[in-house]
Amino acid sequence: MFVKHETIEKNAVLLAVLTTLTIAIGGIVELVPLFTIETTVEKVEGVRPYSPLELAGRDIYVREGCYTCHSQQIRALKDEVERYGHYSLAAESMYDRPFQWGSKRNGPDLARVGGKYSNDWHYAHLANPQSMVPESLMPRYAFLANREVDPARVARHLRANKTVGTPYTEEQVANVAADLAAQADVNAEPDALAKRYPKAVQVQGDGRRVTEMDALVAYLQVLGTMVDFTNPANEKLQQ
Amino acid sequence: MSDAVMGAAMPAARPVSRAAVTYNMDVVRKFTIAAMFWAVVAFLVGVVIAAQLAFPIMNLGLEWTAFGRLRPVHTSAAIFAFGGSALFATSFYIVQRTCHARLFGGEALHNFIFWGYQFFIVMAALSYVMGFSQGQEYAEPEWHLDIFLTIIWVAYGVAFIGTLFLRQEPHIYVANWFFMAFIITVAVLHLGNNVALPASFFEAKSYSVYSGVQNALVQWWYGHNAVGFFLTAAFLGMMYYFIPKQAGRPVYSYRLSVVHFWSLIFMYIWAGPHHLHYTALPDWAQTLGMVFSIILWMPSWGGMINGLMTLSGAWDKLRTDPGLRFSVTAVGFYGMSTFEGPMMSIKEVNGLAHYTDWVVGHVHSGALGWVAFISFGAIYYLVPILWKRAGLYSNRLVAWHYWIATLGIVLYITSMWVAGIMQGLMWRAYDKLGFLQYSFAESVNAMHPYYVIRMLGGVMFLLGALMMVFNLIMTVRSASTAVQPARETAVAGA
Ligand code: HEC
Ligand code: HEM
Ligand code: HEM
Repeated sequence: MFVKHETIEKNAVLLAVLTTLTIAIGGIVELVPLFTIETTVEKVEGVRPYSPLELAGRDIYVREGCYTCHSQQIRALKDEVERYGHYSLAAESMYDRPFQWGSKRNGPDLARVGGKYSNDWHYAHLANPQSMVPESLMPRYAFLANREVDPARVARHLRANKTVGTPYTEEQVANVAADLAAQADVNAEPDALAKRYPKAVQVQGDGRRVTEMDALVAYLQVLGTMVDFTNPANEKLQQ
Repeated sequence: MSDAVMGAAMPAARPVSRAAVTYNMDVVRKFTIAAMFWAVVAFLVGVVIAAQLAFPIMNLGLEWTAFGRLRPVHTSAAIFAFGGSALFATSFYIVQRTCHARLFGGEALHNFIFWGYQFFIVMAALSYVMGFSQGQEYAEPEWHLDIFLTIIWVAYGVAFIGTLFLRQEPHIYVANWFFMAFIITVAVLHLGNNVALPASFFEAKSYSVYSGVQNALVQWWYGHNAVGFFLTAAFLGMMYYFIPKQAGRPVYSYRLSVVHFWSLIFMYIWAGPHHLHYTALPDWAQTLGMVFSIILWMPSWGGMINGLMTLSGAWDKLRTDPGLRFSVTAVGFYGMSTFEGPMMSIKEVNGLAHYTDWVVGHVHSGALGWVAFISFGAIYYLVPILWKRAGLYSNRLVAWHYWIATLGIVLYITSMWVAGIMQGLMWRAYDKLGFLQYSFAESVNAMHPYYVIRMLGGVMFLLGALMMVFNLIMTVRSASTAVQPARETAVAGA
């Protein structure tokens, strides 16, 4: 220490200023580069913003605290890659606000659960997990099937995401209600939706009444499916 | 060492010639009551979510009582409501006593801080249960509550730091350095982590300006330092005042407290990335986090040594003062979790521990053993003084509390070590043919007995807290603890 410590501890302002500087250093050194170095999030083909229904489902995921039991981050470890699939890339969560990597696995990782099960399995599992997996600790979410998704609210949320930086196009913003209805109806014409949101999975609803359950299943079904790992261009991807 | 420095190292020093100061002990009493109330709530919800993991039927099939909504109620009630109220109480007590000055600001400010903070807690807990959450650990409250908390926090800073300016002692006592660092850092973290855009002015829903990997690092810069400054630095402030008081001796080493303070607050900030090992966070950040976490072991143990050695020559007090037993055991647990933490920060170890119950065991050896025990010790010491009683209603009951709570902790953390390591090993086990040996559901099944043991440990810890509440109520109410006129001066000088 360059000054006698007595000087500091006799002066509240000096103590406060030095404390603030001391705690600022580590944060600045770690955070600033992460926001400025371009390699932090390498661009990866296929990653797109969430469709309106997926976004609504994601908000439900956050609201219900699924993250308290499920991680969404496959670590670069051998067993983990074998159990869950290719390790997670930074780009895959680049539109996640908030990120939902989680810190505790009371249930399995969900980063690549999309496509692993049928829609029907998810509807039955969410309503009563023990009916599908007897050992499960997961709570029942049957009530989601009785709650409707409000398109106006989803439109507002999509716009808020756009404002903070998610690159939704004007066309996407203008078609929230149509895309919502199309994705929540397996019989709806999928072309427009698929053009705006490639790989979006249509779920069971009848399109007139879109439930929170539909939204959550649509979200789960897209998780980890956006990047095509069979494409050689993506093979040598580093984190 | 000069006299002045000795004064700084020993809170007991108080010149006789000073004019009497009327401290504001009313706000300290209120926060003390709140701390005990929230302790019971937090432990009770802890037991409930522990029961849910042992017996999923305890989720009750209702949306409001599902684990995902109650777990944040538990963590917020434990850290912010119980821990926070205990810190408000002790920091307001300590800053007035060691500065020999009345708490800065009027009664109105102090009442605003108290009721505002309690209101924040109740609203936050209700909001999780109702289904509003930012979805980031320890930062779940939505934007309107974040703004409200910011106002309360500024008021807290004004009252605390204002009192430092009124002090009649030349030196600022070491406990206050820690409290001030806690207040400043928590403010910075809270503002930094919660930058979000509300979806609309009338909606409790917002979107973080950070996304993905950046969001992850900002969150764990916040989350780790919530541990570092809320659950560690501030409670070290408690240690630096109450242990010398209870032991009747000055802090072991003034020099060590200076080194301890600056190195601890400097290093903690760097350690956040140890929550993100092997993830998509760039490697350089993971390595930095690991290195600083390992070095952090040294200042942590420096603090522990400073706390424990303060007792040298006064160890016999452990037999007569069961409150002191809590404080000293707390420092022991602090040493244990700050050894375990650096070890778990090593990438290879974290590869096994991350996502498992080992982390939960580590959390609770800190939370129950350190945070709760040091608070219990302080509150047992404070209540007779605050309510002007001759002593505690029953020292035997304190001893019972001590043993039942300690046994509860032992059950909790040993079961979580076994569960966590078993989980980690099962997830990576291969059979002879080179396939993964266990399905995830099998690992879930294997946890059941340990979750039951953990729940029982929690029940014991809760029972101990209920005994404490009873003991404290009787201390305040019972005729047997009334101050005898002849002893009044002794108590007032305590
Ligand atoms: C109490 C912890 C807990 C909570 C909260 C929880 N889950 Fe689960 N989840 C589990 C467990 C345990 C399993 C494994 C057994 C099973 O499949 O049910 C699981 C399995 C799953 C699976 C199947 C994964 C696979 O690969 O087999 C999905 C999908 C899932 N959960 C979605 C959710 C969603 C969505 C939420 C929030 C609405 C949620 N979970 C909340 C514990 C939880
Ligand atoms: C009776 C006492 C307690 C019981 C039974 C209890 C139980 C639990 C349970 C069951 C969990 C969830 C673990 C999981 O998700 O697998 C948890 C998490 C947590 N508890 Fe407690 N708890 C108790 C006391 C406390 C106290 C006093 C504190 C803090 C001061 C605390 C802080 C936390 C934290 C921070 C977590 C989150 C851990 C993580 O994310 O890894 N708990 N607790
Ligand atoms: C030198 C000191 C410490 C270090 C280096 C340290 C390190 C760690 C590490 C490596 C983890 C696991 C992260 C993961 O894999 O998910 C962790 C989790 C945690 N630690 Fe510590 N620890 C220390 C002290 C403490 C203390 C004293 C407490 C007090 C209560 C504490 C509370 C927690 C909490 C609450 C978590 C869980 C975070 C979460 O996942 O939600 N730690 N710590």
